[in-house]
Amino acid sequence: MRVMVIVKATKNSEAGEMPSEKLLTAMGKFNEELVKAGVMLAGDGLHPSSKGKRVQFSGGKKRVVDGPFAETKELIAGYWIWQVKSIEEAVEWVRRCPDPMPGEESEIEIRPVFEAEDFGKELTPELRAQDARIRAETERQRKS
Amino acid sequence: MRVYAPRRNGSANRNAKQVIGVEETAIERTIAAVWRIESARLLGGLVRMVRDMRLAEDLAQDALVAALERWPEAGIPENPGAWLMAAAKNRAIDELRRRQLLERKHEVIGADASAGLLHEAPESEMAFDEDVGDDLLRLVLITCHPVLSAEARVALTLRLLGGLTTDEIARAFLVPEPTIAQRIVRAKRTLAEARVPFEVPRGADLSARLPSVFEVVYLIFNEGYTATRGDKWMRAELCEDAMRLGRILAGLLPGEAEVHGLVALMELHASRMHARLGPGGEPVLLLDQDRSRWDQLLIRRGLAAFARAESLARPLGSYTIQAAIAACHARARSGNETDWHRIVALYDALAELTQSPVVELNRAVAVSMASGPAAGLELVDALLEEPALSTYHLLPSVRGDLLWRLGRLDEARTEFERAASLAQNSQERELLLARAGKRGAWSTDA
Repeated sequence: MRVMVIVKATKNSEAGEMPSEKLLTAMGKFNEELVKAGVMLAGDGLHPSSKGKRVQFSGGKKRVVDGPFAETKELIAGYWIWQVKSIEEAVEWVRRCPDPMPGEESEIEIRPVFEAEDFGKELTPELRAQDARIRAETERQRKS
Repeated sequence: MRVYAPRRNGSANRNAKQVIGVEETAIERTIAAVWRIESARLLGGLVRMVRDMRLAEDLAQDALVAALERWPEAGIPENPGAWLMAAAKNRAIDELRRRQLLERKHEVIGADASAGLLHEAPESEMAFDEDVGDDLLRLVLITCHPVLSAEARVALTLRLLGGLTTDEIARAFLVPEPTIAQRIVRAKRTLAEARVPFEVPRGADLSARLPSVFEVVYLIFNEGYTATRGDKWMRAELCEDAMRLGRILAGLLPGEAEVHGLVALMELHASRMHARLGPGGEPVLLLDQDRSRWDQLLIRRGLAAFARAESLARPLGSYTIQAAIAACHARARSGNETDWHRIVALYDALAELTQSPVVELNRAVAVSMASGPAAGLELVDALLEEPALSTYHLLPSVRGDLLWRLGRLDEARTEFERAASLAQNSQERELLLARAGKRGAWSTDA
């Protein structure tokens, strides 16, 4: 299974404070472990939300909002995509992760990625037909 | 202070399958996860120390049993890997004492076993140092040793390097659990009787051993990608196990072109996994696939691994060439944009390298796409007498396709029926029967 492992933002990360050399070294080692165990598929750190934008959807209207965003603990500072055997395995790997935000309280969240099997019978013929319509429409637009 | 270790007789001999096969409680699932992460390294270290595969695995199992007895009440230790190693080393000392071998070997094991690893969790334990790499390499060279049959190598590698239980392996290969258990016991006996050396070979000697290792990984992948047995056409989990093994090998052998070629091949093929299954679980062949459902993350990884392989190898090895073919498909945004001429050239190189009739068959398909069905049919017909293909369902299946494209519909139907009678996977059989019955849209899954 695939999981997304999300490093939550903190006051310092949102302030644009860069990780120390010590943390970078420890994180580098941890990443190397993940690679050598065949677990790591992708991963990146993110700039603070002050460099980000949001597009809000409401009643068919879209509104672009510039960062920074207030709710620090709900923001993310980085992510990995891992391939693991179970969510418990992902938890064990996270337990081996160096403290990503030394000196501050922080959190890492693990979320399983949807797999084809998760849809199973939910992927009904109707949904498939819808899918086909969308594709046909995309094709039409591409040609026009 | 002595590390807790279970008694040798009685419950201590339970094996991991019995204990964690039925993963009921949260703590057991956690321990199974720790085991998956730590077991290969633990075992690799033990094999290095005791130079006896069976003893090493017994010791590792004992450590697991100790964890299962201790951790539910005491909690998961800060450094579970070091805890398991300390428990196993203490068992090793008991065992060696029992065998009166202590005198000879205590220098190897005794020194740090008593150093209290249980209580200290030095950060350096996290480091993936050269020794660990060597331990894992030794382990995989043993589990993939040419004295073992391919199926024994597969079972042993999944069990010892992949950290799967015998029960999980049995379920993956749709065979009864005792069959796998037996296979593993016998494999270990064969290794002991053959006195397989524990030194890690270097240079050319190492290279000579690698094809046998790569073959095992690719066998596992293929069994997952196109299951030869059962009702499901693909078993994604087995593909994931194989890719993980491949990536571990790539980490151990970063300078070996073919290991990157193998990883690239698996990742590029696996990128199509979602698009390869219709809603009823039926196969969707390459040119019919919705390419928007291809996994871009795996494609990106696969192309990067291929680039690494290509930069290391001259001439390209067989996995790298196959990865190059898969890369041609991955790069084409639609079936029409496929560079079939390049694919034919790659099959030429592959055919020369492997002398395999299956490759010749694939080459014929590519030629038919590049130069038309008649050219392809000519090549396929030349393979009809090939004994290795006499029961291979894809031969009549490909021939049926080509005949259909040439408008020879009755002949095509006969070929599809024959292909269906040879196919062992029920989903694949259904597809062939459907094509025998009605319109046989051209498809290839090269």
